[in-house]
Amino acid sequence: MTQHSLRILIADDSDTDRLILQALIKRQGHEVIEATDGLEAVRKFRERSPDIVLLDALMPRMDGMEAARHIKALAGDRLVPVIFLTSLSDAEDLARCLEAGGDDFLTKPYSRVIIEAKIKAFDRMRRMHDTLSSQHEEIIERNRQLLEEQTIARRVFDNVAHTGCLDSPNIRYHASPLSVFNGDVVFASPRPAGGMLIFLGDFTGHGLPAAIGAMPVAEIFYGMARKGFSGADVLREINQKLKLILPTGMFCCGAMVEADFKLGQLRVWNGGLPEAWLFRVDGEPLLLPSRHLPLGILPPEQFDSLMESVQVRPGDRLLVMTDGVLEAANDRGELFGLDGIRQCLGQSNSSRHPFEAVLEGVRAFSGKAAESDDLTLVALDITDQPTMPAVPEPASPSALAGPTEWRCEYEIRERTLGDFSPLPLLLHICLEVPGLRTRGGEIYTLLSELYNNALEHGVLQLPSEWKRSAEGFGRYYSERQARLARVDGHYIRFSLHHTRKPGGGRLRVVCEDSGAGFDFRNHPLVSGETGEGGSARYAGRGLLLLKRLSKSITFWGKGNHVEIVYDWYFSAHQGDGDDR
Amino acid sequence: MTDRQHLDEEALAELQDVMEDEFDVLIQTYIVDSRDRIASLKTALAASDADAFAKTAHSLKGSCINIGAPRLGELCLEAEEAGKAQDLGEASRLVGAIEEEFAAVTSLLDRLLVR
Repeated sequence: MTQHSLRILIADDSDTDRLILQALIKRQGHEVIEATDGLEAVRKFRERSPDIVLLDALMPRMDGMEAARHIKALAGDRLVPVIFLTSLSDAEDLARCLEAGGDDFLTKPYSRVIIEAKIKAFDRMRRMHDTLSSQHEEIIERNRQLLEEQTIARRVFDNVAHTGCLDSPNIRYHASPLSVFNGDVVFASPRPAGGMLIFLGDFTGHGLPAAIGAMPVAEIFYGMARKGFSGADVLREINQKLKLILPTGMFCCGAMVEADFKLGQLRVWNGGLPEAWLFRVDGEPLLLPSRHLPLGILPPEQFDSLMESVQVRPGDRLLVMTDGVLEAANDRGELFGLDGIRQCLGQSNSSRHPFEAVLEGVRAFSGKAAESDDLTLVALDITDQPTMPAVPEPASPSALAGPTEWRCEYEIRERTLGDFSPLPLLLHICLEVPGLRTRGGEIYTLLSELYNNALEHGVLQLPSEWKRSAEGFGRYYSERQARLARVDGHYIRFSLHHTRKPGGGRLRVVCEDSGAGFDFRNHPLVSGETGEGGSARYAGRGLLLLKRLSKSITFWGKGNHVEIVYDWYFSAHQGDGDDR
Repeated sequence: MTDRQHLDEEALAELQDVMEDEFDVLIQTYIVDSRDRIASLKTALAASDADAFAKTAHSLKGSCINIGAPRLGELCLEAEEAGKAQDLGEASRLVGAIEEEFAAVTSLLDRLLVR
């Protein structure tokens, strides 16, 4: 007859009525607990926690209404239906029963059909209530879990995407505290040979999916930037990775900035972000709009990582932002937009940094507190000599472990000379020696000076004097591009050789090229004479740098074969590679 | 009010079906129970306690209705109302009527038990 057995408490002081009721309920397959007055009913409720309670309204010691109040209080969040047993016919009395917490009435004489129907109905309600409250608790628990997971995810993300060199005095940036869950990221890293790489990204979507997409981007950016890869290399890698891992419809708008302060050159790539602003010391601001699709859309073979080159001078300032700035809305639903930026730049006086002007402008416009905004922007000041805070190095194993006795030779030939830079690879090999790991900047400088000289002056025969004038600079680079197409039969060969030495080690680097060489015997810096030299092969600065960093530098053959010896010591600090 | 039967045969048949072996116990319980309550009505009347009179009449009414004694139930309802109205004269008259009707119901029920 029933599919679900319940425990039902009945309280009635009339033995006759109780006998009839318990017989009716037992026949429906339920368990019955009996009480003869209100006090006993409350006690038995406490002891046996029944599912449904049937109470006579008028009982000695404690009447049904008071018992109902106690029982409802004891039940707490649990729904325990209380049904009054009554022959009451007075509407007022019935109303008092409901006010006391009663859920329904059962009138005498008892009807088997009605009792069964009511018990079934209240059992359904009771179970629905249980389901709802357990779902409610589940939702509260899920929400708590989600917040906890976000905090942990944030911590993991911060470990992967440390602030890099974002705290450099020439960088200003703003990102809301949980920006990674808005899908915004901003990274900056010094490059081993000087200069900086900055990346600003804005993932489609919000929450955990955006944060998860941001992780590999951080890892790739910092991993590759540290090893000396160019902005274009990093972009290609990020695009390829995101294309692989992100679902269709999810991608990352981004801008990469590669700053070379020595050459006074900015390279900018903008894929899907609002135009970047370059504020000149003299002259109108230059806008650098998006010229590419966002990252993670195009397959590697269609992806264009070409960065736009801009000459800059100390005092110039670059401002890059996510569309959170343009799309900031005021309470009338109007957007800040490009006009908003123009306006706050126009209003602020020239001594005010455009970063501050825009940030304050957009905040005043949207009226939002700093913590709840969805803005990410970064500004870079071009300086002569940027000072950079130390970027935490990954923990390195003991300097005694790792490869210390090895030799390798790497030669790149012909077309590859123009397509590929061997420097990150060579640096990577050298940095496998734990003792060299903290000297990555010096090693990179040595390798890149040797490589650039071999390529540009050795193989391509470009005269370095050209670079001294503004017109020559342009001619130099266009000629470089042209000559790279005619490198048949040419090569650059690196031989690296590392050995242990008491208290440290020695790295010997030999760089040979297929070029014509130069008359090193009469080069003033090589021969030790002072005075400005006329040689086209080595600009004074490069050669001086090599001499300063290495223990010795030797030219062989016709000058297209250079050997450098670099010694290092366990106790040595960075920059102590010189002879001692 | 007097047109009601002493016993509702249909209700009693259903009770018999529900109670099975316990039917005799139920009838005996009802008779003992009701006898006690009629005694309580008289006590309340002697003490001129109209409220206690109304409450007892209310309880008795419930079990009479449940057992299938509609005329006795009707008299109890009138007694309950008289008690609530503090009408002890009417209450006194109704106790007599209740006793009379209860005697009739009891003898009918006794016959049911013997069967």
